[in-house]
Amino acid sequence: MSGVLDSKNLNGGQRLAVKYFSVAVVLFLAQVVFGMVAALQYVMPDLFYDVLDFNVNRMVHINAMVVWLLYGFIGAVYWLVEDEAGHEVVGLPLGNIAFYVLTAAVTVVVAVYLLVQTGPGEMQTIWLINEGREYIEAPRWADIGIVVVMLVFFFNISATFMKGRWSGISGVLVLDLVALAAIYLCGMFFTANVSVDQYWWWWVIHLWVEATWEVLVGCIMAWGLIKTLGARRKIVTTWLYIEVALMFGSGILGLGHHYFWIGTPEYWLSIGGFFSALEPIPLVAMVVHAVYDAGVHKFKSANHPALAWLIAHAFGNFFGAGVWGFMHTLPQINLYTHGTQWSASHGHLAFFGAYATINIAFFYLALQKWRGDVWMASGLAGNGWRWKWALGLLHLGVVGMTVALLIAGYEQSFIERAIGGSSWQAFFEAQMHPWFVMAMQWRVLFGVITVAGVLLLVWDLLTIGARETRRAEFVTEAVSS
Amino acid sequence: MINWWSSENFWRKTAIWVTAFMLAVLIGLTFHSVSAIQAGTHRVPAYSVINQRIDYRFDATRNYMVPVLGEEAPLFGKKLSAEEAEALVTKGKLTTQAKNCMNCHTLLGNGAYYAPDLTKAWLDPGWGSAAVREELMLKFLQDPGGNPRGFGSGRRMPNLGITEEEARSIIAFLKWMSSIDTNGFPYNFKPIKQEG
Repeated sequence: MSGVLDSKNLNGGQRLAVKYFSVAVVLFLAQVVFGMVAALQYVMPDLFYDVLDFNVNRMVHINAMVVWLLYGFIGAVYWLVEDEAGHEVVGLPLGNIAFYVLTAAVTVVVAVYLLVQTGPGEMQTIWLINEGREYIEAPRWADIGIVVVMLVFFFNISATFMKGRWSGISGVLVLDLVALAAIYLCGMFFTANVSVDQYWWWWVIHLWVEATWEVLVGCIMAWGLIKTLGARRKIVTTWLYIEVALMFGSGILGLGHHYFWIGTPEYWLSIGGFFSALEPIPLVAMVVHAVYDAGVHKFKSANHPALAWLIAHAFGNFFGAGVWGFMHTLPQINLYTHGTQWSASHGHLAFFGAYATINIAFFYLALQKWRGDVWMASGLAGNGWRWKWALGLLHLGVVGMTVALLIAGYEQSFIERAIGGSSWQAFFEAQMHPWFVMAMQWRVLFGVITVAGVLLLVWDLLTIGARETRRAEFVTEAVSS
Repeated sequence: MINWWSSENFWRKTAIWVTAFMLAVLIGLTFHSVSAIQAGTHRVPAYSVINQRIDYRFDATRNYMVPVLGEEAPLFGKKLSAEEAEALVTKGKLTTQAKNCMNCHTLLGNGAYYAPDLTKAWLDPGWGSAAVREELMLKFLQDPGGNPRGFGSGRRMPNLGITEEEARSIIAFLKWMSSIDTNGFPYNFKPIKQEG
């Protein structure tokens, strides 16, 4: 029956994908809730003091984000694998078990974060409670679990392509997954030497976020453009290779922009500055590519919300990761901005623009098929106000937070760093400055708008196409340009 | 006819070669960098540096402030062997991770931005004078709620159950970290006055 969620409408990989997507949405909610509490603590420092302190909220905020984005990516890859390989997923039962194991582990890790929070200064804390390294706080037992689950995921995907057929997209995708998994191993050790610690920690964070994740979404985007717009595979694949060349050409040595001030040699000032300044170029290429394809195909698509979020991804990636990253990547500027709210400003727009958007696009693609290829183009019930308002509110909220944090960052760079000399007193003087205080209040306001956008998005995801009787009219891949 | 610059094959090869080349360069640089930042090098001093005074002075050639190792000034008045110093700093680093310091503070500028950077915490002028610094740091870490250092901001560090042993090790870690050559970061930092 049309309009009803029915797993019969999905292939095996897609049935697993929607499980990943469902958990991703729950974690997305957790991300914004804990982000909201952390934001409030900037303006009300006594809020939940000694009960749910800033460090806990902030950790759950960024961890929920990393994990829901990964769930979204894994889901997207399971979503497209059977279609792309022309073969059903090899070892799907194992993939299903891995999903439940991973989800149980994530639940336990978050419960321990919230209930136990910290431990004594012993290795057992690192193994059982919290590794205390930003973004990869998950305790070591969970790290090992994550690696095992990733191996299962990798097996599912690569074996399916081997049994089925390879394509340019799947070749890049599989090689990228190898790199993505291998890089995670660089974060799994303890050393007293904080410089060595941060050297390898950045291998994980940077080479994920600014290299392998970008290429992964490039693959997902390529497949998405073929499916939503009917873009020609040959053009999309050629663009993907160009993007990989530009992304790895700039992003691998762009890692150096994290090596300016952690004790590493001075040559990183030049190498990191130069290559990271080139990092926006592939993102420009992605925008050109997406807009070109959308224009050539006159924005004709059977899934308007998905297409809108894919276009949002192209621009969000360019502005959030590209422009906001470039603004403070040169060492001459970074000396003043490193470790201020500039980084938070960049982080918010980049993670939203580059990664949240494309995951949301896939949620819509998934729901359309899950409900039996229902109509999701123009003329939706209520003129599709929910998805349009969710898109608008989320952009308004995130851009508003980004600008507020940027103002706070500017103020900190001038008052704490350039004038105050970076002492603790200078730090707090900058934090109490009216410009900073006002920026943090604005951030709370735009945070509320973001939460409203997420709630509306979830409502829409739960209901879009529910009573729809019209069938979608899909575009097919163009055979000539 | 397809031009070379629009051919799929050309860009596939380019992607492979560019990636391989950049990765090779990164691996080469990593071998050099990681050896240049081992404890005991001129950029990252040995852990036993906690037995010495650490100054922070302007270097005219490099045009920014650099750490300078001074005369003997053992932490808590007790000179430690190289092994003892390493064990203490290691415990301190482990404690900063176990207490999740990095999700409020920054270390070498990395972390969260709710509380001050810890890179030069040992040299921060806010401790008043070098004579009372160790005592104040010990008290603060064990009872941050009772000894707030929010400089009027209303922000307080939570009570993290830090023991005296852990507090001493954290201070050792902070003292050692302040000796790392960070290419002038944080900019314009004026260290605490130290006698002599």
